[in-house]
Amino acid sequence: MSRQPRASGYLRTRYEDDLTLVRTRLERRSLVLFVLALLAFPLVASPFLLDLACQVFLACVGALSLMLLTGYAGQISLGHAGLIAAGAFTVGILFRETHAPFWITLPAAAAVGALLGVIFGLPSLRLRGLYLAVSTLALHFVVIYLGGEYEARRGFSTGILIDPPEIGGISISDGRAWYFILLAAAAATLLLCLNLLRARTGRAWRAIRAHETVAEALGIGIAGYKVLAFVISSAITAVAGALFAYYRGFVSVEAFSLFLTIQYLAMVIVGGMGSLLGALLGAGFVTLFPYLIEAGLLALPGAQRYADLLFAMNYAAFGLVMIGFLIFEPLGLVGIWHRIQSYFLLWPFRHRSASGSRR
Amino acid sequence: MQLIVNITVLAAIYALLACGYVLIYRVSRVMNMAHGELAMLGAYLLYSTASLFVGHPFGAIAAAVVLSLASGVLVYLLLMRKMTGEMVLAAILTTVAIGILLRGTIVLVWSATQQHPLQALGFVNRSIELAGGARISACAALIVVMTVLVYGGLFVFLRFGRWGVRMRAAGQNALLAAQRGVNLNAIYALAWGLSTLTGSIAGMLIALDSGLDQSMVVIGLKAFAPALVGGLDSLVGALIGSVIVAGAEVLAIQYIDPLLSEVVPFLVLIAALIVRPWGLFGTREELDRV
Repeated sequence: MSRQPRASGYLRTRYEDDLTLVRTRLERRSLVLFVLALLAFPLVASPFLLDLACQVFLACVGALSLMLLTGYAGQISLGHAGLIAAGAFTVGILFRETHAPFWITLPAAAAVGALLGVIFGLPSLRLRGLYLAVSTLALHFVVIYLGGEYEARRGFSTGILIDPPEIGGISISDGRAWYFILLAAAAATLLLCLNLLRARTGRAWRAIRAHETVAEALGIGIAGYKVLAFVISSAITAVAGALFAYYRGFVSVEAFSLFLTIQYLAMVIVGGMGSLLGALLGAGFVTLFPYLIEAGLLALPGAQRYADLLFAMNYAAFGLVMIGFLIFEPLGLVGIWHRIQSYFLLWPFRHRSASGSRR
Repeated sequence: MQLIVNITVLAAIYALLACGYVLIYRVSRVMNMAHGELAMLGAYLLYSTASLFVGHPFGAIAAAVVLSLASGVLVYLLLMRKMTGEMVLAAILTTVAIGILLRGTIVLVWSATQQHPLQALGFVNRSIELAGGARISACAALIVVMTVLVYGGLFVFLRFGRWGVRMRAAGQNALLAAQRGVNLNAIYALAWGLSTLTGSIAGMLIALDSGLDQSMVVIGLKAFAPALVGGLDSLVGALIGSVIVAGAEVLAIQYIDPLLSEVVPFLVLIAALIVRPWGLFGTREELDRV
């Protein structure tokens, strides 16, 4: 998976070494520290910070699934918000109509997502690139229309209210409980993606992205793996939508505009295409960005005057950042991270020796 | 009768917007997702010039037209020029980002409340009675007339104009065209300028007819469907695609459900993509350009 040795003296001598996730002592230690920090975070954080963290974890799940599809399998999708909406609405409708508990609604959301994945993925057998993107965009509007229609027909014109889920008779509404649930969800998604990518499926996807014809010549069933990419990605996305619905306790079509799709695409791009770490970094960045802008704006003198402009300001700044990354840093945050990493790995030298492969 | 008038007006709006998509795609193979926003920008520019040149409505219109042409060229020179030769997906996403930036900036500058450039210009939108009892507003009629003029102009320009021929050449084979001494940067800038100009004309006319706010972006996005249905590199296709999509939309609103107006263009689009992905009049080659 990784291209370069991470530390001196560490050489991969067996094939299994290529598959291990945590390789060196430094990696293991920093991972443990990071996990401990994540677990300790809710003990010190304020409710606002907890909410932010929860949003980031939710975004991580969605961004990881989009990264699987776009970053690895190379299939462009502009229908991500539609899939999130589908998951959220599955929960909303099931809860309203049958009062189903979460252990029914979550798998149901995944199933709906998988089904939609087949529908979203079928055009990919015939269409590529731009045309595929447009067909998923069209499907987004169809899903949103169906959701809006349900809201209008059943008289939930402002949105569907959902009670917090119950485990063993205790309803989960506490911020800390949600923090751990969503953290677990994000971690599980990450592990699932990692495992998919280092197995046959992931290799097939990467081959398809690199060159479809060559992949086919290598004996990879293009059609199956493409649809599989859509199905898996969509199922995860729908689960993210379902979690979102429970977390917010409220579902409404307004939340799933095209802008949400663009935000998720931005996470993938800002983070760095073709990297799971990129998806995580991008999810964090894009989710926290509006709050950074808000905080920065409120720090300026005469902040009250700008308060009503905040939304527009966010929009403009978000567009600027996206343009900036696309033009000046196409590798995204992960590119910056790798540069910092190799700076310290190589120190005191500036460049890798000529005989060694660069990156 | 009224139905036919409605279809014609909507088709004209779509056609006027769709030709912007076609122009840019045909020349540079980039799908301009910021087209709706650029159209909106043009409309807001008209609103500004109208309050600037009080009493000279035609001066205001002329100034707005020139400004919108310039803004299209500027978008290319400042941003999209850097994206030539990049992955097409990156270029498309850049246009998406430009759209978001424009949307935010427009609200910052002009606020999100609905504006009425028509009053600012001092015109009255009279309703005209047509044969058969149908009614059409003067501005809507103007949209239809403008569409005919713009399409006529573009046909003549692309077929006989020196720059028009260069544009077609650049679209067919950029490398060969460049070797024959065609200045590609100028061509691309011209395409962006023209596309923004036609889009802005559409935006201005819609704004004159029914007021101006952020919802224009949605119209711009819906106009994307006719461009694709007709074939992204064909102006005739855009025209016919507009008629098809507008017809389907108006009929669906009339006979099925008004809420459908948001989805019908996209349903038509999906159907077209399944049957004929390259569009009715598009050329088949570039299905895997991205």
